[in-house]
Amino acid sequence: MIEEITTAKEGEMVINIGPQHPSTHGVLHLLITLDGETIKKLEPNLGYIHRSIEKMCESLSYRQFIYSTSRMDYLSAHINNHACAMAVEKAMEIEVPERAEYIRVILDELTRIASHQLWWGAMAMDLGALSPFFYAFREREVITDIMEETCGARLTMNYMVPGGVMTDIHPNFVKHVKDFIVQFKSKIDEYDTLVTDNIIFQNRMKNVGLLSAEDAISYGTSGPTARGSGVSCDIRKTHPYSLYSKLQFEEVIETGCDSFSRYLVRVKEMKQSVKIIEQLIDNIPEGDFVAKTKAVIKLPKGEFYSRAETARGELGVYIVSEGGTTPYRIKFRSPGFSNLSALNHMVKGYKIGDLVAIMGTLDLVIPDIDR
Amino acid sequence: MIRFLKNYFTEVFQAVKSLFLGMKLTGYYFTHPKEIITQEYPENRLTLNLSERFRGEVVMTHDEQNEHACTGCSACELACPNGTIKIINKFEINAEGKKKKAIDAFVYHLELCTMCNLCIQACPTDAIKMAQTFEHSVFNRNMLTKQLNLAGSKLREGVE
Amino acid sequence: MLSFENISHGLHNWLSAIMSETPVVLIELTLVALAAITLFAALGLILVYMERKVAAVIQIRKGPNRVGPMGIFQTAADTLKLVMKENFMPDSVDKFLYKLAPFVVMITAMLILAPMPFAQGFQIWNINIGVFYVTAISSISVIGVLMAGWASNNKYSLLGAMRSGAQIVSYELSAGFAILSIVALTGSLNLNDIILSQQDGWWIFKGHIPVWIAFVIFMIAVTAETNRAPFDMAEAESELTGGFHTEYGGMRFALFFLAEYINIFIVCGIGATLFFGGWMPFHIGHWEGFNHVMDYIPSSIWFFGKTFFLIFVIMWFRWTFPRLRIDQLLNLEWKYLLPISLFNLLLITVIAIKGWHF
Ligand code: SF4
Ligand code: SF4
Repeated sequence: MIEEITTAKEGEMVINIGPQHPSTHGVLHLLITLDGETIKKLEPNLGYIHRSIEKMCESLSYRQFIYSTSRMDYLSAHINNHACAMAVEKAMEIEVPERAEYIRVILDELTRIASHQLWWGAMAMDLGALSPFFYAFREREVITDIMEETCGARLTMNYMVPGGVMTDIHPNFVKHVKDFIVQFKSKIDEYDTLVTDNIIFQNRMKNVGLLSAEDAISYGTSGPTARGSGVSCDIRKTHPYSLYSKLQFEEVIETGCDSFSRYLVRVKEMKQSVKIIEQLIDNIPEGDFVAKTKAVIKLPKGEFYSRAETARGELGVYIVSEGGTTPYRIKFRSPGFSNLSALNHMVKGYKIGDLVAIMGTLDLVIPDIDR
Repeated sequence: MIRFLKNYFTEVFQAVKSLFLGMKLTGYYFTHPKEIITQEYPENRLTLNLSERFRGEVVMTHDEQNEHACTGCSACELACPNGTIKIINKFEINAEGKKKKAIDAFVYHLELCTMCNLCIQACPTDAIKMAQTFEHSVFNRNMLTKQLNLAGSKLREGVE
Repeated sequence: MLSFENISHGLHNWLSAIMSETPVVLIELTLVALAAITLFAALGLILVYMERKVAAVIQIRKGPNRVGPMGIFQTAADTLKLVMKENFMPDSVDKFLYKLAPFVVMITAMLILAPMPFAQGFQIWNINIGVFYVTAISSISVIGVLMAGWASNNKYSLLGAMRSGAQIVSYELSAGFAILSIVALTGSLNLNDIILSQQDGWWIFKGHIPVWIAFVIFMIAVTAETNRAPFDMAEAESELTGGFHTEYGGMRFALFFLAEYINIFIVCGIGATLFFGGWMPFHIGHWEGFNHVMDYIPSSIWFFGKTFFLIFVIMWFRWTFPRLRIDQLLNLEWKYLLPISLFNLLLITVIAIKGWHF
């Protein structure tokens, strides 16, 4: 593959973007072939942050393996944990208490907002506007404070356990989440004024990085990347898990197929998440926060799959069990990996500046791609 | 032609307006230094408020008599996903002349710990808990390997 | 009254009294060079500090606050660090050009300082084609940037340099037209004459809307010419990591960095001179009393005040807007700024001929 690329045609130039580059957000390595500034070809080169999480999980018990998934897509740690816990619960046929489900969904949606806020700031930073990053972090900080208060950690929470959540919510949880919603609603307009409506930003995003609905499906993209191309693929709607079938919210779909639609999907999703939280926060039922489970969990022999909608798309957790206390094999279907595969198709014929913008709208988290 | 010019100028006007609104927002922040949210970290150590659940490091609770509740059952060692805890037991001869298992050293490798809280969940006697300290940097890696039971401490009466 | 004019004249008279003409000129040249270098160093320190503080407050941060009260010595400490760094040079660079480039950029910046009227009667070189001189010299700096990009033997640098070439060459045009419109109004290329023509009000107030348009175009064009965000194509750190100075470090990098800030100071100084009357105090028509009060504020303060205000505006741009793409940048120039400024120049010429301005 690499040989093929280094024999670039006359007048073409091969450039390494990364693994140390300010806009790859981590150690992603892209080999691009340029004609002037126009991109002819792009080859992602992975493996710089591979920690073999899947292999590690094979030697961990079903209580333990969940913590390591916080390190995959660290920005949607709760949702990863949730998906893993669901896989185990499905296999063990554990009934999760109502209260635990409420807490889980609220935390999932808070995570989604936090993740999208970080993406929003980083996206603007990729395009050269540095101030939005700080405004986004101001609101995100409130969420991480809530997480710290209830879960005990700010990023890698490990709060979900098979059967529910680890501890009950903090007494101040409800109040602080409500405060956050008030603050968020008062500031979300600033996001639009500063970035969405900005003419330079719109010109950079509109009609750039086109990904048609067919291509989105054939590359296996999911999450906001696919929904920006008009593909309905929100797991929360198509295969509702936890409480999502009972909740009122819209699946945000934009049909522009360009960077701007992917951007809009994420911004609108934040508002939808707030809507979900508002429905739940006032009526968290009393009761247990975790179901009674045996101290040592043994999964029955068989194969189990669960899926959840993370901030980046569909996360699949596939467990093969031989009946022991540790899994025989675990496979994670990470959204970032498939989304990255569409990048070559999207950037062809655009400029280097666009590459950065398109990569921004894919919202890549490298440890999620490499695991 | 007229339409073209009209479009051209509305375009320019809209563009300038959107840029102006953005500048108004940043200008607002520039003229309102009260919005600054920075905290100056080493200076604010005393007023720093960490929530009581914050997971900073695993510690063992000791009371005034220098007694702890750890029976040396190794449940935490088994629960830990990455081998952070090592329980070393010894056998004491108690008053009745019977051999009894007791903890000799609770070795904790802070450099391996991921603060996942699983050990605390696993402990049947609530002997260990999470402390809110977070300034863990040291000059020598050996200093990160800690013994959690204090010197001369022993098991509290009545804890099985 | 102690003013820059008196000091410089006093010094000149004293020197001429004690020696013949040639040594006087030599001594004065040395003094001017020393003064220019000192001014550069001071400006660099102040502007970098100012930029960091402005950025910080806009971004709801505190900014430098550790070295000295409010962090005012931060930039001095940074400079010290840069000076003490190893003067590293990559292996396969074109050594001569690589070393020359920062100096070309720096010297160009220094040269433009010559016709700048800092205060009443205080100017290094009262040249009668001052405006023309400034436009001519300022386009040389692109050669330094191209040199740096080419000599670094790095693809990022090369791309950055090429971008910068395309950008500066095209934005020179609309900056030139904006400057020309004031020249058309005053009928002189001498910066001093331009200032004196604003005795009864600055051009920005006297010249109706066309001058405003010219001013806006001037600000956009000079932002692009000095390679500042949102037009920082040549550096574009999220795309090209560092653009033309990717391979530079230590003091050589500091020279590029300094030159950027000096250039901002110079273009803002020119802008202040053309549109806001340079050192001319705020005068309104024939309100003698009011004008007299204004005259009590020293002319140098007027000049620096206006210049720093314009610098602040340029910084404000930088911390608000996302970056343009290279083709959009050229579109903006050729499809919008250039036609508008051509038409605007025509309008202003009509105003000037008919004497419709105040
Ligand atoms: S917190 Fe987790 S990693 Fe640390 S000692 Fe306890 S179980 Fe092990
Ligand atoms: S700390 Fe708790 S779990 Fe660990 S050995 Fe002691 S009693 Fe057992």
